[in-house]
Amino acid sequence: MKKTYKIDVDCANCANKMEEAARKTDGVESCTVNFMALKMVVEFAEGCDHRAVMEQVRKNCKRVEDDCEIFL
Amino acid sequence: MNKKQKRMLARILLAAALLLALAFAPVEGWPRFFLYLVPYLVIGYDILRKAARGIRNRQVFDENFLMAVATVGAIALALYEGSGDYTEAVAVMLFYQVGEWFQSYAVGKSRRNISQLMDIRPDYANVERDGRLERVDPDEVAVGAVIVVQPGEKVPIDGVVTEGSSALNTAALTGESLPRDVGVGDEVVSGCVNMTGVLKLRTTREFGESTVSKILDLVENASSRKSRSEDFISRFARVYTPAVCGAALALAVLPPLAGALGLWPDAGWETWAYRALTFLVASCPCALVISIPLSFFAGIGGASRAGVLVKGSNYLEALSRTRIVVFDKTGTLTRGVFEVRGIHHSRMKDETLLEYAALAESASSHPIAQSIRRAYGREPDRARVTDIRETGGSGVTATVDGHTVAAGNDRLMERLGVEYIPCRGAGTVVHMAVDGQYAGHILIADVVKPTSKAAIRALKEAGVRETVMLTGDARAVADRVAAELGVDEVHSQLLPADKVEQVERLLAEKPAGARLAFVGDGINDAPVLSRADIGIAMGAMGSDAAIEAADVVLMDDDPLKIAKAIRISRKCLSIVYQNIVFAIGVKLACLVLVALGLANMWLAIFADVGVMILAVLNAIRALFAGRG
Repeated sequence: MKKTYKIDVDCANCANKMEEAARKTDGVESCTVNFMALKMVVEFAEGCDHRAVMEQVRKNCKRVEDDCEIFL
Repeated sequence: MNKKQKRMLARILLAAALLLALAFAPVEGWPRFFLYLVPYLVIGYDILRKAARGIRNRQVFDENFLMAVATVGAIALALYEGSGDYTEAVAVMLFYQVGEWFQSYAVGKSRRNISQLMDIRPDYANVERDGRLERVDPDEVAVGAVIVVQPGEKVPIDGVVTEGSSALNTAALTGESLPRDVGVGDEVVSGCVNMTGVLKLRTTREFGESTVSKILDLVENASSRKSRSEDFISRFARVYTPAVCGAALALAVLPPLAGALGLWPDAGWETWAYRALTFLVASCPCALVISIPLSFFAGIGGASRAGVLVKGSNYLEALSRTRIVVFDKTGTLTRGVFEVRGIHHSRMKDETLLEYAALAESASSHPIAQSIRRAYGREPDRARVTDIRETGGSGVTATVDGHTVAAGNDRLMERLGVEYIPCRGAGTVVHMAVDGQYAGHILIADVVKPTSKAAIRALKEAGVRETVMLTGDARAVADRVAAELGVDEVHSQLLPADKVEQVERLLAEKPAGARLAFVGDGINDAPVLSRADIGIAMGAMGSDAAIEAADVVLMDDDPLKIAKAIRISRKCLSIVYQNIVFAIGVKLACLVLVALGLANMWLAIFADVGVMILAVLNAIRALFAGRG
């Protein structure tokens, strides 16, 4: 399953860091962050609860870049 | 400017003013230190906080960390040496923030610019209820409902005109400024702007399935597919910052150590510490990290303004390396509509012959018959025709105004025992016999688009080495079209599966690094579109199958747009490479100068911010790549 989320982040490098943090989260199959469109496209692994996963993704992203936001 | 940017600008101005005032303040010692701390904290408190958080979260090496260490270090050094020169540290922080502010402003500006380009999202649809117009959300309009589009409004949903006629401006979709005339029965795609008359449309799709929704979806998600250049930069940034920090540490520690051991002329550790801090300032990778995605974003935006939708930066990159372009003939290089090309060896007036043909074929729905009737230009008077007999696969015979008329191919003529003159032109030939006498023939062929020849030439000029045409048509027709257009290679009489095979063969033969593009009209060539390196679908207005299958979508069906798309991609990619080389080059040169002690912190910060501003401005140039 693939879902797109709106995000807010200030710099391109921070967007890269968010992408990497999201990819390392359990339950995330793949993730691309589009800095210019301020969007995060997440593909979830089979049979996981995407809400729970996104909560974790958000937490992980906040850890690498505290200025970022993901609108769930 | 948004709120964040306004606040930042205020901080920048305040800190600059304070710094200027302090330059004339006659204070020495600790009071001076505390006074200078005010502008420093005003401008840099968030950087310090982020750096501290970064360290706590074990995300040490980022630009906040670089800036925090460099400026805190410079202040500490000034304090230790008793020079009281704190201006440098504050100024570095100030200029860094100026750079960040500019970057955020430029990015926001080009975001807005691009969303304006694609300003085709309709906000409402007019529905007639009890004789009055009512504005509703386009999402709520069902398929088959009747909507009203007034002059000046956007067509919100795809539909067919049931009442009225008007001219439509399709510029936002196709980049074509010539208005398109529509009347009752014509299909209208959403996203066009109604210019002159009121139109009533019966919707044929839901809003979510309409052209405008598909296009917006495509454009908004475009740059999510990253190019290799973008991947390269994010990998580069990951190793670069730690490497620079390591180098700075080595610069601070090793030469003084070597000096102490007598291996090196001792310059004092303060000098080396200062150089190491300057090194950190000079090393910030911001210019690169921002300018590359910005270039692609602007390039994709510029292309969509020209009516070329590119589904991702990776495709823009691939497009710039296109060396082989494979065309499907029908619907791409030719109109896909049969037309009367000529009337030969006519024993009567051409118009009369055509009239007889149109009358004889008046009952047929065959494409050939339709093209003859179109060429005739009027509705044939059925009352003049009797005894229409269609002979499967060879033609028709009928009685027109008392004459027996036969219209058909060679076989029909042979069966009727009429001697016919074979046609030298390529295409479908309709022989005519009137009262048993040969009366000439009508040549019917698919028409080459007026811009096809120019398009092939433009592709060659854009650096495409080979053009190939694939078609299911007969050899004679294909060869003639290929010769007329100047296509290098042609393969005819292919079934859809053969086309895939041909493309696979070309893919296997092409040199490494070259890319193959396939251009089709999106109708039953989806397998080939997806097999090629880049699938280009043209004339995609209203055809969602094409939008889905292709990587690049040309909104109108002008083949010249292919060369234009390639030129835009080239320009965008050259901007990307300019930025990579320029930013990395200046950075490295700067780092060397700093390590040798030839540059101070002022120069370092100017180099950093300057490079970034130039790179961002250069990136924005890609937005205008589609012009001219």
